Amino acid sequence: MKRRDFMKNALVFVSGASISASALEFIDPKKVLADNPDLRWAFLVDTHKCVGCGFCVKACKTENDIPMGANVTRTWVERYVTKKDGKTVSDSPKGALNGFTNKKIDQNHSGMLEVPDEDIAQAFFVPKLCNHCEIPACVQVCPVGATYSTKDGVVLVDRKWCIGCGYCIMGCPYGVRFFHPTEHVADKCTFCYHRISKGGNTACAQACPFEARRIGNLRDPNDPVAKAVLNQRVGILRDEYGTKPQVYYLGLNKEVH
Amino acid sequence: MKGHVWRPLFVVIALVVFILLFRAVYVPDDFGVQDRGYTFGFHRLSNEDEWKEYPAKYKGTEYCNECHDDKVEEVSISSHEMINCENCHGAAFDHPDDPETLTINRSRDLCIRCHSALYMPSSGRNDIPGIDPAEHNTEYECADCHNPHNPSLEEM
Repeated sequence: MKRRDFMKNALVFVSGASISASALEFIDPKKVLADNPDLRWAFLVDTHKCVGCGFCVKACKTENDIPMGANVTRTWVERYVTKKDGKTVSDSPKGALNGFTNKKIDQNHSGMLEVPDEDIAQAFFVPKLCNHCEIPACVQVCPVGATYSTKDGVVLVDRKWCIGCGYCIMGCPYGVRFFHPTEHVADKCTFCYHRISKGGNTACAQACPFEARRIGNLRDPNDPVAKAVLNQRVGILRDEYGTKPQVYYLGLNKEVH
Repeated sequence: MKGHVWRPLFVVIALVVFILLFRAVYVPDDFGVQDRGYTFGFHRLSNEDEWKEYPAKYKGTEYCNECHDDKVEEVSISSHEMINCENCHGAAFDHPDDPETLTINRSRDLCIRCHSALYMPSSGRNDIPGIDPAEHNTEYECADCHNPHNPSLEEM
């Protein structure tokens, strides 16, 4: 064998070996959609109806074994108070685990701020949870294939496979991921996959007295959530990231981010 | 060609074979590209079922109604009808087997989640009757006077 041939063959072998079989597969998004025409979970939050009781947060923590005392939660509620001078202040004490019972707004290092009623132009609550994005940034950054999107659109974490590197926690534009204090893996809202897969409701939506939180199937034209997303003026959070979030909000304000 | 050219190649081949063997043993069969493609669906398929089998703690009003239909009926005609039993009584788990009794939360902290008066225009909170918890009969629990299953003030 000549040196030239050897180099040629080596180059072909190395470049061939470095392409994994899966990289050659062509993914057609239309095919992916057609494969799963019946089910795509989505969430609808009505901020007009939310009263900030925080029962959703308590229910979520109980249902999903997130330690009550730990300063992490899969869902939380934020309070926004817009003053008549146009300034907005917001807080979420303990993620609203115990609801909002005080007029004082927690401003972290600047202390507690009490806005007099007559200065308030708008005030409302915004529940937050994982957006189960169509293009989830957190999944793309996982180096080991521990977090993934199911065919019905739910983003989950494989606790046996997660190495706890924390890339996904940094990658999520919505800050919904956290490090589980006892499982020692990345954790996030699962849309209560164990409940909705068996025809149930999510723990947070079930605990909500005012139907401010609802889960539904976007592919079912008769589903109340799908109808609202189609027919009403719904907003999504941080559209500019291009992640196509699947938690839709009624009554979203520009102050909410 | 001489041996010193081939020897490193044997090492590389041995390394590749070792990695492939290790992968075959370590990586489960169902790990791979699933429905959402390489970018979003690269995972262990059986983990989906593991999540589906996660035990539920909250059982819902229908479950409570199987035995406590009188209480469910009582609440259903009151202005607290929208509140899920388990919000105050605690998650059912496998009640009545385990736990045998549920611990009811009768604290003021529970009631003021909704009934602490906050000025929240453009929110449903404004439509709920509210009190100032620092002023309103601070020495009593709410349930001493108000019946949570029928909070109507006329019935007090």
